[in-house]
Amino acid sequence: MLAIEVSGLRKAYGDLEAVRGVDFTIEEGEVFGLLGPNGAGKTTTVEILEGYRRRDAGEVRVLGSDPGKPAQDFRERIGVVLQQSDLWPNLTVREIHAIFAGYYGAPRDVDEVVALVGLEEKAGARVKTLSGGQKRRLDLGIALVGDPDLVFLDEPTTGFDPQARRAAWEMIRSLRSLGKTVLLTTHYLDEAEQLSDRVAVMREGQIVRIGTPAELTTTELQTEIRYLRDGEEVLLQTNEPTRVLAELTTEAVARGEELEGLSVRRPSLEEVYLALTAEEVDE
Amino acid sequence: MNAAAITVSSRRRARGLFAHQLRTEQLVFWRSREAAFFIFLFPLLLFLLLGAVYHGHFQGKPIVWAVLAGLISYGCANTAFAGLAIQLVLRRESGVLKRLRSTPLPPPVYVAALLASTLIVFALQTVALFLLGRALYGTPFPPSVGSLVATVVIGAAAFAALGTATASVIRSAEGSSAVVNFILLPMAFLSGAFGPTKGYPYVLRAIGDVLPLKYFVEIVDAVYLHGQGFWTQPGALAVLGAWGVAGLVLTAFKFKWEPRGES
Repeated sequence: MLAIEVSGLRKAYGDLEAVRGVDFTIEEGEVFGLLGPNGAGKTTTVEILEGYRRRDAGEVRVLGSDPGKPAQDFRERIGVVLQQSDLWPNLTVREIHAIFAGYYGAPRDVDEVVALVGLEEKAGARVKTLSGGQKRRLDLGIALVGDPDLVFLDEPTTGFDPQARRAAWEMIRSLRSLGKTVLLTTHYLDEAEQLSDRVAVMREGQIVRIGTPAELTTTELQTEIRYLRDGEEVLLQTNEPTRVLAELTTEAVARGEELEGLSVRRPSLEEVYLALTAEEVDE
Repeated sequence: MNAAAITVSSRRRARGLFAHQLRTEQLVFWRSREAAFFIFLFPLLLFLLLGAVYHGHFQGKPIVWAVLAGLISYGCANTAFAGLAIQLVLRRESGVLKRLRSTPLPPPVYVAALLASTLIVFALQTVALFLLGRALYGTPFPPSVGSLVATVVIGAAAFAALGTATASVIRSAEGSSAVVNFILLPMAFLSGAFGPTKGYPYVLRAIGDVLPLKYFVEIVDAVYLHGQGFWTQPGALAVLGAWGVAGLVLTAFKFKWEPRGES
């Protein structure tokens, strides 16, 4: 079953074409990462799927429903973490979870969700006393308290320290194990690589590449082989690393030499991403 | 389940959501001590001051009665117009409105609960004003509670429409309180909510003549001072209603759920 189907999606703000013909599908239970620089059209795309914005053209199905004219249970079945949100500062973590739970027909247990996002110790604390990372966990908690099938996470770890990011990643992984579909937008490539089953890279309102992180990193850039010869670094870039490496090592063994500093490295998603977003978009 | 059954169950669900949101709004209001203090106690404080300085008679009644009627009118505008407008701007700019929109809470239920919550606060305030007036200045309780309640509900609806319209045109959270009070306080002064305007210069009275609060004060005066029904003031009701409709129209065209900072 498909959780999300998008084809030919377009949206313009005046003269600015923010989204220029986007197609993709997301399977139920999949974690899908939408990557791209600021202004690439990620947030516009996601906000159309969430039902916040109207599209100019294209077909969109989210959980079988058109988010522009949502079915009655559409909002029961989605959970949203926005980039910016600052909830009532004088209420406690638990109170806010209970308030949001009250909006849904079949919510999860409030204390269970507070524990799931790691805020048990802060359950009685007022929101204004939370750190930035704890506030984002609160945002995640209230997105999950309605027990949604589909969760939208818009840059969920922006501003986190490394430890908080790891904790958030664990939570997002636990969503997958609960069978939730997740649409994640992020600037952080390692985040997309760590969490997503598939990644789409957006640039100037279009998807320039889509696939699993492994597919993106194996097909896009050549593997790099480095070693030292007479103290100078030699760099080979190749699409056939096995053959090149075999030749190189066979020769070296035949000469009885050691290849000093030998390393074989696949390009990181970050390098692929930078290459993709730097290259011209085909019109 | 047939269509009728769905309608009934969704109506029951909407009622449940309204009660839930009303509780939420009350919790939010009273938990924020500063806002609760200012909105709830400010008209009471004004009544103490104005009641002490005005002497004489107005429309054949002790003038302190008119001061009380004026402060009830002001309190209604203060909660339904100023309080609502400031709350909506703050919540819009902090992303709360946008966040709530992705939940199953229907926007009309949300707005109704927010308005009902401000009315509860205002009702408590009105009771406190009557008790205070009775104790200190010997003002009577309203001759017809039903007519006063109806008047206040009509006024609150009109001022709430103007409050949402004002919230729609205010751009930032920082300035919202200043802008709203810049509108409300002169309006209250010119409309006679802080005491009769008889001695005011002609120009100031002419400005007051187009303001909705002046007509609301007139209706409250008729109901409280003279024991008349609110329907005995059709002209004032019409002006108040016209302002309310104008507010609704502006709201329909300009209201945004998302922070103004976002395009």
